[in-house]
Amino acid sequence: MAAHEGTCLNHGKIRAKGVNLYYGNFQCLRNITMEVPRCAITAIIGPSGCGKSSFLRLLNRMNDIIPGTRVEGVIQIDDMSIYDRSTNVVDLRKRVGMVFQKPNPFPVSVFDNVAFGPRQHGQNNRQRLEEIVEKSLRRAALWDEVKDKLEQSALALSGGQQQRLCIARVLAVEPEVILMDEPCSALDPIATLKIEDLMRTLSKDYTIIIVTHNMQQAARVSDMTAFFMMEDDRAGVLVEYGQTSQIFTNPRDKRTEGYITGRFG
Amino acid sequence: MLRLSPKTTQKLAMVYIWGGGVVTVLILLIVIGYVLVQGIPGLSLDFLLTPPKGGLSGEGGISTVIVSTVYLVALTMAILVPVGLGAAIYLAEYAPDNRLTRLIRYGVEILAGVPSIIFGLFGFALFVTALHFNFSILSGALTLVCLLLPTMIRTSEEAIKSVPYAYREAALALGATRWQTVSHVLLPTALPGLVTAIILCIGRAIEETACLYVTLGGSAAMPTSLLSGGRTLSLHVFYLAMETRAFDKAMATGAILIVTIILINSLTNWFAYRFQKRIRGAG
Ligand SMILES: Nc1ncnc2c1ncn2[C@@H]1O[C@H](COP(=O)(O)OP(=O)(O)OP(=O)(O)O)[C@@H](O)[C@H]1O
Ligand SMILES: [Mg+2]
Repeated sequence: MAAHEGTCLNHGKIRAKGVNLYYGNFQCLRNITMEVPRCAITAIIGPSGCGKSSFLRLLNRMNDIIPGTRVEGVIQIDDMSIYDRSTNVVDLRKRVGMVFQKPNPFPVSVFDNVAFGPRQHGQNNRQRLEEIVEKSLRRAALWDEVKDKLEQSALALSGGQQQRLCIARVLAVEPEVILMDEPCSALDPIATLKIEDLMRTLSKDYTIIIVTHNMQQAARVSDMTAFFMMEDDRAGVLVEYGQTSQIFTNPRDKRTEGYITGRFG
Repeated sequence: MLRLSPKTTQKLAMVYIWGGGVVTVLILLIVIGYVLVQGIPGLSLDFLLTPPKGGLSGEGGISTVIVSTVYLVALTMAILVPVGLGAAIYLAEYAPDNRLTRLIRYGVEILAGVPSIIFGLFGFALFVTALHFNFSILSGALTLVCLLLPTMIRTSEEAIKSVPYAYREAALALGATRWQTVSHVLLPTALPGLVTAIILCIGRAIEETACLYVTLGGSAAMPTSLLSGGRTLSLHVFYLAMETRAFDKAMATGAILIVTIILINSLTNWFAYRFQKRIRGAG
């Protein structure tokens, strides 16, 4: 766990307290309480359907677009209480970016993809946009590969490049937190390693939360690990949360141990 | 029952499928060929540029008819596209999934199946009579809008809904508002589908006869305002065929119509192709 930069103080960036999430009558998450450190990578692991994606989508309120969802409890990002009435969802999503499981660039040029966010937020100066695009692509370790094809369609890039483009697109909005939902599950091992390297670099300045089914990946890349699991009524709970090294070498909970050894073996 | 070997059924199926295809193409070729063969000898620049004489002679050209058609279609689309697109966006992106929405959708479905002469009667009662627009381009266009709105809404809604959900998520997650997502992601991505919807409606407006018969009137004079009467190419064919003996002129007009429709269709295909190529990034 790290506190690298001046902006990165050593206390929690995101604090969830007693969070319940319902899809209609179905309780998806129960009583989640956890504190995500800033400028570090936190991995969320757990069996399929235990609510990892749902938890991630709580943090930028992407569940809002699903009718019938209900949230209880408090989630704070720094001092912003994100489910407060007064919270502006657009402002929240500028601060909390998201990278999806399947690379989802828009069917427009590489440039327009990265410039999308800044443009929506009012930046129309061509020169400024060019600076932002270059900076974001460099940060996403993609600049050298695409600098000659900025005007080409983003759909012509490889899957791994598309995913890094999506990361660049998020960086262009200058978020503080980046949520990644199985960002490598559609990629080959080499592209996966590139993304992991990138995540390590980015974690100096950004708070990253990643959902992954790949135990090696969680162990390799993350500072903290949270293990989610379903209870009998299928509601997801946070079973164990701690330093990644501790979770993987010395889990306190039997269920964590069972899951990790099962998945590793 | 007669038992056939798989090989035989396979052969029979091929004959059936091929036969269907051949018959379809033949019918198409015969109809188009017949109209073109009969119509093209009557075509000349003169025919396009002189007004019809009107009355029972059927003599003269189709200049005023072309102008009326263009006016009518332009006015129709100017009203139809914004209204239809707005409704489609609402239904695709904003409408909550409740009874009212389902009722609206159901209504749109039903309206799409109502025969056009019924719209004609409605247009006659409302626009021609009650609102005193008389037989005019305005009455005709408003009636066409009512007739085509269901098609326009349904096809545009389909186009918008066919945009992958991932694009919506991506845009929203980047902090775009809902409207920004619609206007900067969904509509541009759906554009080929939307253009197809528009061209489909233009085609139907050009083809339409029944509902215009009772709203546009049939004046062969040059339209001077929205309240002038007029006749479209299709209507002109109808009048020539029913009221005159100028069968050759009807065929010539028909040839123009067919060529127009073919052009419109090719344009649609070309546009969709270009667009697909651009967004796929080939080349
Ligand atoms: N939109 C929704 N409406 C209703 N139920 C949902 C919805 N999305 C998810 N669920 C349910 O919530 C539970 C958790 O789903 P979620 O996608 O968060 O799981 P996950 O841990 O990310 O699983 P996976 O590892 O397979 O991605 C599942 O039982 C799922 O069926
Ligand atoms: Mg998931």
